[in-house]
Amino acid sequence: MELVNIYRNMSRSREFELAVAELWEQGLITGEMHASTGEELVAAAVTACLTAEDSLSLTHRCSSFVVARGVPLVPVIKELLGREDGLCHGRGGHMHLFSRDYRIATSGIVGASLPTGAGFALAAKRLRPHALAVAQIGDGALNQGMALETLNLATVWKLPLLVVCIDNGWAITTSSESLTAGSLPERARSFGWLVGNADGADIEDVSQAAKALVKNVRAGKGPAFLYARCPRMDGHYLGDALVRLARHPVSDGRDTLTKVVGGAFSQGGSGLISRATGLTRMMGAIGKIRHTPAHGDDKDPLVITRKRLSKQGYDVAKIDLEAQEEIRCAVAVSLGEEHD
Amino acid sequence: MIELSLGQAIDRAIENAMSEDESIVLIGEDVPMLRAPLYARFGVERVMGAPISESAFIGAAVGAAMEGLRPIVELYMVDFLAVAFDAVLNHMAKLEAFSGGEWHCPVLIRAPSGGGYGDGGQHAQSLWGMLSAIPGLTTIIPSTPMDAYGLTRTALRHSGPVILFEPKLLSEEWLEFLGRLGREDLEFDVPENASGMVNEDEFAPFGRAVTRREGGDVTILSLAVGVHRALAAAEALASDNIQCEVIDLRCLSPLDRESIRRSVAKTGRMVVVDEDYRNYGLSGELAATVLEAGLHPTFVRVCVEGTIPYNHRLEKDTLPSVKRIIEAVKEICQS
Repeated sequence: MELVNIYRNMSRSREFELAVAELWEQGLITGEMHASTGEELVAAAVTACLTAEDSLSLTHRCSSFVVARGVPLVPVIKELLGREDGLCHGRGGHMHLFSRDYRIATSGIVGASLPTGAGFALAAKRLRPHALAVAQIGDGALNQGMALETLNLATVWKLPLLVVCIDNGWAITTSSESLTAGSLPERARSFGWLVGNADGADIEDVSQAAKALVKNVRAGKGPAFLYARCPRMDGHYLGDALVRLARHPVSDGRDTLTKVVGGAFSQGGSGLISRATGLTRMMGAIGKIRHTPAHGDDKDPLVITRKRLSKQGYDVAKIDLEAQEEIRCAVAVSLGEEHD
Repeated sequence: MIELSLGQAIDRAIENAMSEDESIVLIGEDVPMLRAPLYARFGVERVMGAPISESAFIGAAVGAAMEGLRPIVELYMVDFLAVAFDAVLNHMAKLEAFSGGEWHCPVLIRAPSGGGYGDGGQHAQSLWGMLSAIPGLTTIIPSTPMDAYGLTRTALRHSGPVILFEPKLLSEEWLEFLGRLGREDLEFDVPENASGMVNEDEFAPFGRAVTRREGGDVTILSLAVGVHRALAAAEALASDNIQCEVIDLRCLSPLDRESIRRSVAKTGRMVVVDEDYRNYGLSGELAATVLEAGLHPTFVRVCVEGTIPYNHRLEKDTLPSVKRIIEAVKEICQS
C-alpha cells in the first residue's frame, strides 16, 4: 500500500509537470520554468516519510515535492499563472513558492536551500521536538560555498536535517562531472553524516533509504544525506536550447553550429589542440542529452516503477487515470474554465 | 560598421580584446556553451566553465588579476553577485587603495541585469546603485550597442575592476535564453531600436554622460532601458509642448556630475528614471549632486519601489514605464 501511495504521487507529479509544460508553451507561465520530470520518485518517497510538523526547504526545481506534499494544486497553478489568488498572490512565481500550512519554502538561488533548511531544522529542534527539516539540493549546487558550509554547521549543531541530494548529472547546462571533484556522498560522509545512496528509479531502494535516514534524524542523531541519481528529462528548464539542439539538430541547431564553426576557424586565438578539445567537449554534452531517457521510454523512472508495481498486481492504470483527471480539473479550475 | 544587438556588441568587444590581449581569460558558469564561438576560437585554456561556486570563482578572478591575468567573469545575472559579495566589496574594490596604488585588479564582471520577462524578484534586479556606492569599483551601464561595445573595450584596458551591467531587455540573446526559450509568439516590451550600428574602432570613455535628446523644460536622467522609456516619453510630451532633455548616464562610477548640473541649471526641473530601487540609491545621489552645486530644481523620481513581482503585469507597473515618466514630468511641470 505504501509503495502504491508513492506511485500515486509520482503519477500526480508527472501529470502536473505535463500540464505545466503545456501552460508554459502557451505563454501563460513566464520566465524559466524548471521541470522536475525524472525526480518524481525521490520527492514522493521522501515526503511519504514526513509529518505535518516537518518542513521542506526546496529549490527552483521543486514541483514534485510540492505536489507530493499535498499542497492544494489550484493555488499552486494559479501562482504559476501569476494570479492574485495564487499561493503567493502572484508575487512569487515558480521559483518562489511558499506555504505556511504545508511548511514549504523555495528559492531561486542555487545552494540557498541548505542554509534555509538548517534554519528550519534549528527551529524544529527548539519548537517542535520530533519534527525535522528536509532540504532539497542538486548535484551542481553542492559546489556552492553556502551548501558546503551547511554540511559542517548541521553537524556541529546536530540538527535534525535530511538533505536530499538529487544528482541529475547537470549543473545548469554543463555536465556536472566535468566540474565536480570527488564524490558527493563522500563529501557528506566526511562531515560525519549518515549517508544513503539510492537509485532514483528504484522505488524500493529510494523508499527504504529515505525511511532509514528519516528514522535516524528523527531520533536526534544529527543530519543525514540521501543521495539519489535521477535523469534530467526536460533540460535545465522548459525550452532548454541544448535539449532542442540535441533533439532537433537540423531545425534548432543551424545558427548555433554556424557560429561555433565560424569561431573555430577564425584567425587569431588558441592552438589547434585547445580548440579541438573545446569542440569535442561541446559534442559530448549534446551526446549526453541524446542518451537521457525521454518521457515514456524504458529508462523513464515513472515507466520503470509502473512496470514493477504492475507486476506486483497493482492497478497502476487506474492510478494514472485518477491523476490525469485530478490535474485536468485543477488546471481547468485555475484557468477559470468549466469542467465536466 | 556592423549592426548588432547590445549583447552581441559586448561579445564582439570581448572577442576583439581577447584576440589582442593574451592575458584575458573568460570565466563563468556554462561559458563554453553560452560563448561557444569564443570557446571554439580561444580554447579550453582561455574560456573556462566554472562550477556553481560564485564566491570561489569571483574570488579567484581577483587573485588571478593580482598576479597578471585579466579575467572576465560572466554571471547569469547581477542578482547572483550577492552570493560572492565579499570578493567584490572587500577585495577587488579595495586592493588598489590598500596597496597604496601599487597593486591593480583588472577584473571585468559581465552581469546581465533587470526584468521585464516575468522571471521573479531574484532574477530581475538592477543593483547598480548599491554597487556604485563602493569606492574602487567602476560601473558601466550601456543603453546602446555602440556604448556596450565601446565601454567594454575601455573596461578591458582599464587597470581596475569594472562591473558591466547588460540590460537583459535590450539583448535579444538573453530574452531568448531566459524568457522566450523557443516560444516564438511571446512578446516582451522591448524598446524600439534596441539593435544598432557599431563601429569597432571606437572606444567610449568612462565618466561621460551622453545627451540623447535636447530640451529646455525638464531634465530626465536615466540609464539602460530607462533611457529608451524616457525618450519615448519625451516624444509624447513634445506634443504637449513640454521639451525634455534626456541624459544617458552610461557610467555611474565615475559619474559625470558636470553634465548633470549643466542640464539641471538650464531646465530647473529634474526627473530620475531608474530601474533600480528608489531608496538609498542612484536617485538620491543625483539629487545630492545638484544640491551640492547650489541648484534647487523641482525633483521627482520614477524608480522601483519594493520587491519586483512575478506577475508580468505587476512587474511592468513596478519597472519605470513610459506612462509613469509622462505622469512624473507633467507633475513637476505643473508645480
